Amino acid sequence: MLTTTSAPDHDLVAGLVQPLYVLAEDGTRHPDPTLDPLLRDVDEELLTGLFLDMAVIRALDDEAVALQRQGELGLWPPLRGQEAAQIGLARALPSTDFFFTSYRENGLAWCRGVSPGEMLSVWRGTTLSGWDPFAHHMATPQVIIGAQAHHAVGYAMATKAQGKDDIAVACFGDGALSQGDLNEAMVFAASFRAPVLFFCQNNQYAISEPVALQATVPIALRPTGFGIPSLRVDGNDVLAMRAVSLFAARHIRSGKGPMFIEAVTYRLGPHTTSDDPTRYRDEEELESWRRRCPIARLERHLEQLGTDVEQLRAEAKRRSLEATTALREAVTTLPEPAPESLFENVLSTEHPGLVRQREQFRAFRNSLAPEQADGQQTEGSSA
Amino acid sequence: MSDFRLPDLGEGLTEATIVAWQVAVGDEVTLNQPLVEVETAKALVELPSPRAGRVSVLHAAEGETLAVGSPLIGFEEVGAVGADPAGESPADAGAADAEAADDSATDTTRRASSTKSAAPQRQQVLVGYGPVLPGTGRPRRRPRSFQTEPYIGRAAQAVSGSAEAAAGETPKALPPVRRRARDLGVDLTAVHGSGPGGRILRTDVEACARSTTSAGTRPGASTRSSTRVPVTGLRRETARAMTDSAFTAPQASVHTTIDVTDTLERLRHPARRGRKTSFLAAVCQAILPAAARTPSANARYDTEAGEIEHFARVALGIAVATERGLVVATVPDAEEADGLTLTERITALVATAREGALTPAELTGSTLTVTNVGVFGVEGGVPILNPGQSTILAIGALRTQPWEHRGEIALRTVVTLTLSFDHRVLDGAEASRFLMDVADVLSDPAILLTR
Repeated sequence: MLTTTSAPDHDLVAGLVQPLYVLAEDGTRHPDPTLDPLLRDVDEELLTGLFLDMAVIRALDDEAVALQRQGELGLWPPLRGQEAAQIGLARALPSTDFFFTSYRENGLAWCRGVSPGEMLSVWRGTTLSGWDPFAHHMATPQVIIGAQAHHAVGYAMATKAQGKDDIAVACFGDGALSQGDLNEAMVFAASFRAPVLFFCQNNQYAISEPVALQATVPIALRPTGFGIPSLRVDGNDVLAMRAVSLFAARHIRSGKGPMFIEAVTYRLGPHTTSDDPTRYRDEEELESWRRRCPIARLERHLEQLGTDVEQLRAEAKRRSLEATTALREAVTTLPEPAPESLFENVLSTEHPGLVRQREQFRAFRNSLAPEQADGQQTEGSSA
Repeated sequence: MSDFRLPDLGEGLTEATIVAWQVAVGDEVTLNQPLVEVETAKALVELPSPRAGRVSVLHAAEGETLAVGSPLIGFEEVGAVGADPAGESPADAGAADAEAADDSATDTTRRASSTKSAAPQRQQVLVGYGPVLPGTGRPRRRPRSFQTEPYIGRAAQAVSGSAEAAAGETPKALPPVRRRARDLGVDLTAVHGSGPGGRILRTDVEACARSTTSAGTRPGASTRSSTRVPVTGLRRETARAMTDSAFTAPQASVHTTIDVTDTLERLRHPARRGRKTSFLAAVCQAILPAAARTPSANARYDTEAGEIEHFARVALGIAVATERGLVVATVPDAEEADGLTLTERITALVATAREGALTPAELTGSTLTVTNVGVFGVEGGVPILNPGQSTILAIGALRTQPWEHRGEIALRTVVTLTLSFDHRVLDGAEASRFLMDVADVLSDPAILLTR
């Protein structure tokens, strides 16, 4: 009898005991034999670039939260705290690798040149799809938890079949690991050696559910059960994030099949603007993660390298203001969709049922009185 | 001045409570500066200022709950706001102060200026809520101008379409459509395809099947021809009362069928000046002593007070079907009247009701209702309580049928009485006693002498 059950292969995973890192919390450089070879190109320009990226996406994110609070957006999923994970990934891969993300990866979208209007239109409810995925090599955000993993694996299998060099990246959170979709996607990816990177931002909570309730083993251990090698990284260390992304991309591109990254990070804000995180986590925990702020850590490192941090902060502020002003400008000028546009993109051809619905909807809209002052009429006044 | 309205802070919330203001009237605020802390059903959140400017009014006090969309805070206009909110120089602010001072004299001028400046300004539209219309909080509809049009199949509309589909070809249709056509016995070559490239759709097949089965009628024309009548006046009132009754009072009913042959003979015997007492009047007369013996039959359940009110007197209501609808007319002073007088009063009352000339007093104030559904030929029925009463009695048709009489089968005149009652006020035992008291008197009036 053939049995294939065996304990997870611990050789397939790195960082289980201590997530891989190269920047300590105080900003000092920590040597890592796996990641160091990938960091030889790091210079001050690259570091300040990463710093500015993180500062700008944090400012953009804060501005979007403010816009939601001001009634301009219906909802917003803040990424605050996860800047290093997103920037580290985005700045490691060439712009032709395709991202299939969840809704919180607005930092990736920004790096891929998605315009503020494109980024916010869905959250304002003025469009059904924010941008052209092929223009940015990034699919529009998937709200169904984990569904994008299938898309990523499918895309990866296709690029492999076409003999292309591109890889696909599935971005998801710790909660998605509890979904069937993700596990099914990993089965296919492993079986077909699809060139796909599973990129998990473990931000500690699936809405209000702590990760420990969903995973009794570290998340990075799970993919090893599928035979997918896995790296567990400090998600608040942007240099380490960039290095593991480079490492994984190189592994995948060399035809060795999929790889998995668990970025151990923390969502400092609410799950979405509709959430109240104080109901499920305490201030003490929050404070400990605030101290681990990815931006502050890189700033300390830059300071130790002798960078003029004051000037850098000023530049970050200038770029942030530019970006947030553009964001605010974009959201208030987004065109309102025509009500009947609802029917336009359902099917590519006319369908009698849909035509009928559109006629009924038009009749209903016509039955709404125009806003006129003398329109005061009562119903049922005469017997 | 412009107002910032309370936005929906969490996907469908309707209100928020002001917890703490972080600014005061006269404060100069910058874009995104925290203005106020509010608590919604979901979370405690800080609202950042949507603009730079000077706070001119706080529309709600701390602790107050505001509906989403209502004004929260007002701002005075400050120079060219928004161009460079963070880089506002003190000089700019000073100039704006002077400008703002002009129109901040009194509340009234402020309001006046707000209406003036409202027109060109972009309305603050909350996502998912649409613009707020003046007056009402929601879009107004023209009453009943919306008509649904019957759907007419394409086959009926198309006037012998293109000839392209002819020419001996197999008609284009998907397998399920072919199956449907076979099931309906439709010949696909006879069907005009309305789909892309002349493909026959399921609707085409079905329209064709309809047109062949309803031969003679224009295909599709007879699909839906219901008429819609607006619910107004008495119909509306009856609907409201019956709904009210059905959904507030738990109702049960008891019924009995009795032999009234002897009573009817007595009633038909002319009393005064050749006049007779009607059976309805006799029922009314039987009710009065029965109600005295079972007071809860002449009562009402007062939900608000949590009490049962026993009425001092029996004010009999008679349900009358009129052209305009159902009304309940109150018989005045039924207790003092004899059978003949009661008959005359009821006759007059019904006539007045049919003319629609009853006074409000005659239309209200009854405490116990009798409905004579028997006049429509039915054996009986279960009535619904008139709201505010605990019982209603339905009288079925007087009918002659074989009945047990003195140990033998005889042809007798019988009637079915049905009593519906408010189960909050009476139980089955009391309701049955009341009904049997009425029934006993009607089957043997002499019983009044012995009980």
